[in-house]
Amino acid sequence: MTSNTAGSVTGAQSLVKSLELAGVDVMFGIPGGAILPAYDPIFDSKIRHILVRHEQGAGHAATGYAQVTGRVGVCIATSGPGATNLVTPLADAQMDSVPLVAITGQVNSTSIGTDAFQEADIRGITMPVTKHNFLVTNPKDIPHAIASAFHIASTGRPGAVLVDIAKDALSGMTTFDYPTSLNLAGYKPVLNPNESDIRDAARLIAESKQPVLYVGGGIIKANASKELMKLAELTGAPVVTTLMALGAFPDSHPQHLGMPGMHGTVAAVTALQKADLLITLGARFDDRVTGKLSSFAPNAKVIHADIDPAEIGKLRRVDVPLVGDLKNTIDALLPALKAEFKKNHVDISGWVKQVQGWRETYPLGYDHPADGSLSPQYVIERLGKIAGPDAIYVAGVGQHQMWASQFVQYERPRSWLNSGGLGTMGYAVPAAMGAKVGAPDRTVWAIDGDGCFQMTNQELTTCALNGIPVKIAIINNESLGMVRQWQSLFYNERYSNTDLHSKRIPDFAKLGEAMGCVGLRADSRDQVDAVIEKAMSINDQPVVVDFSVHRDAMVWPMVAAGTSNDSITLARSLAPVWDSQEL
Amino acid sequence: MATHTLSVLVENSPGVLARIASLFSRRGYNIDSLAVGPTEDANISRMTIVIDVEDHALEQVIAQLDKLIDVINTDRLDPVTSVQRELLLVKVNTTPETRSQVLETVQLFRAKVVDVAQDAVTIEATGNAEKIQALLRVLEPYGIKELVQSGLVAMERGLKPGKGK
Repeated sequence: MTSNTAGSVTGAQSLVKSLELAGVDVMFGIPGGAILPAYDPIFDSKIRHILVRHEQGAGHAATGYAQVTGRVGVCIATSGPGATNLVTPLADAQMDSVPLVAITGQVNSTSIGTDAFQEADIRGITMPVTKHNFLVTNPKDIPHAIASAFHIASTGRPGAVLVDIAKDALSGMTTFDYPTSLNLAGYKPVLNPNESDIRDAARLIAESKQPVLYVGGGIIKANASKELMKLAELTGAPVVTTLMALGAFPDSHPQHLGMPGMHGTVAAVTALQKADLLITLGARFDDRVTGKLSSFAPNAKVIHADIDPAEIGKLRRVDVPLVGDLKNTIDALLPALKAEFKKNHVDISGWVKQVQGWRETYPLGYDHPADGSLSPQYVIERLGKIAGPDAIYVAGVGQHQMWASQFVQYERPRSWLNSGGLGTMGYAVPAAMGAKVGAPDRTVWAIDGDGCFQMTNQELTTCALNGIPVKIAIINNESLGMVRQWQSLFYNERYSNTDLHSKRIPDFAKLGEAMGCVGLRADSRDQVDAVIEKAMSINDQPVVVDFSVHRDAMVWPMVAAGTSNDSITLARSLAPVWDSQEL
Repeated sequence: MATHTLSVLVENSPGVLARIASLFSRRGYNIDSLAVGPTEDANISRMTIVIDVEDHALEQVIAQLDKLIDVINTDRLDPVTSVQRELLLVKVNTTPETRSQVLETVQLFRAKVVDVAQDAVTIEATGNAEKIQALLRVLEPYGIKELVQSGLVAMERGLKPGKGK
């Protein structure tokens, strides 16, 4: 460590200088007692601070910002309830490998452990839901903790890091000393895969008759979409992109089969089931993808490329592990594969044709309700068509999220944001806010449910006051739709506590207007395009559109939880019909 | 299930034990024994952890431990190529008739008597788990009043030093 700038400063000034040197340009937060010393130098800093209405909003906004920009998102809160309100966004970001740094104030170091006012052991509380966390009680330790937090959050497998700083460490005097090197003996991410493993992987790919590229969110984190395209076109193998990877590979590409998993396409789910080789790139064999694990892709060998060594073999036995940065991994794999193809190149055209057949026979689709009411899928499909592939789409969690994954066409990375791992209802509005701050020139649409929207919509006030013109499409089916779908399918249509009555109360358009947004609504098919275009034309204010849709629409296809992917259903009691030779 | 001994070098930072304990609890790994102590470097502590997991799950336990920022290195210790020791203190009932027999047992096991009272002796013994169990089996008929045992500590044999990641 070497001294950068000498001179006596407060711990709080040291914190803000450290954040500036870490490259922070915006942070989302709310002040309070213990963090108050930090807010004084924030007042003078070039860092933009956006005052949110709830700390959860700050956390998801920082996450949305990070997912769109690839930079570290930053949120800041006070001790106790301020800090505990960050727990959900921290867990959310950690599950989806989003680089996030949370700064929290803590009570005076002399009061820690005494159950002081607004004291919570946030380091202890967040230990299982962060990549790492720090408790700083001495002002001289602030720069190293901040520099380490940014390094840990943004390198290796990205994740959430919390820095909890005692109030007396913020108000105490210190000399500012920003580290030029970090003392983290136990943290050395592996960036390049083993060469012999690369050769083994190339050999398996060249020998494979039925390969599938199983692509996860890691491709987006590693900014490796171009490399993925080269690998896909070199191999000619079918590609599936998971919920976290939508946009990593263009939906319009002929090799793309769509999303696998519980609500994936028949072609994507079936291709994985029938594959003899999974070329797994930054994906983690999540239960929503694999269905019943023991019956997932039963005949496939597995190449697993991931930057996190602990993902290798965690759920599925792996034949060739490739631990490293995905960009480096694919860059190393391409020449090895070209060399291998010269020696041996199994023809996969029969497999590709078979897979394309499934894709053509079982496209995604939906029906318009017989009573003339609005189909939610239609709204989302039109929204995707009108806003186009350069817009950013941010979903909440539930049916609308699945339809947004199915009926919007994604052509570029960092255009689809959602809470995939934790499944956090209420993610969309604040994450859209953060996304718009990170990409002010792109249109940002939150596609939200009426249930989700009511969890975090207070951040629209923040958006209206801070010039953050996000657009919100509420897919209002007046219920907790995904839960209701499960009640329809598995609980004899006993709709226990899923009816939200949200076509009656609240009036979403008026609620939006009360928060400084433009409020619009549509409840029939002929209004849909006009209202979306109207929303698209408003760029100086947030817009809330209440789409009143049919409540019985369901998400299909579906693999019921805990069952085999082989039992995928197209609609209620309707399974795909296979040629006998295919099974 | 089988027991495995892990030697884990960790940063000597506050909360490190909680991190390890939290990881084991969250991932559902069973700890048989845990011993923590200083090393030759004041900034680094060594934990010896004995866990009960299937062989195939061991790699995952090690990978998860290595993922913790405060963990510098995790080594699996082979019982054949490592020295493994537990410390036992045990208070055994004695009468004038049995005392000499108890003392003979102490000698046979190369243990030692660290306290003598009218009706009991306190014995200190070190050794691997088998030796400690064997000693306890022999002492049991005399009546064990109280017993305390440390977690296992272990080290590679030979010159191989503890290494960084």
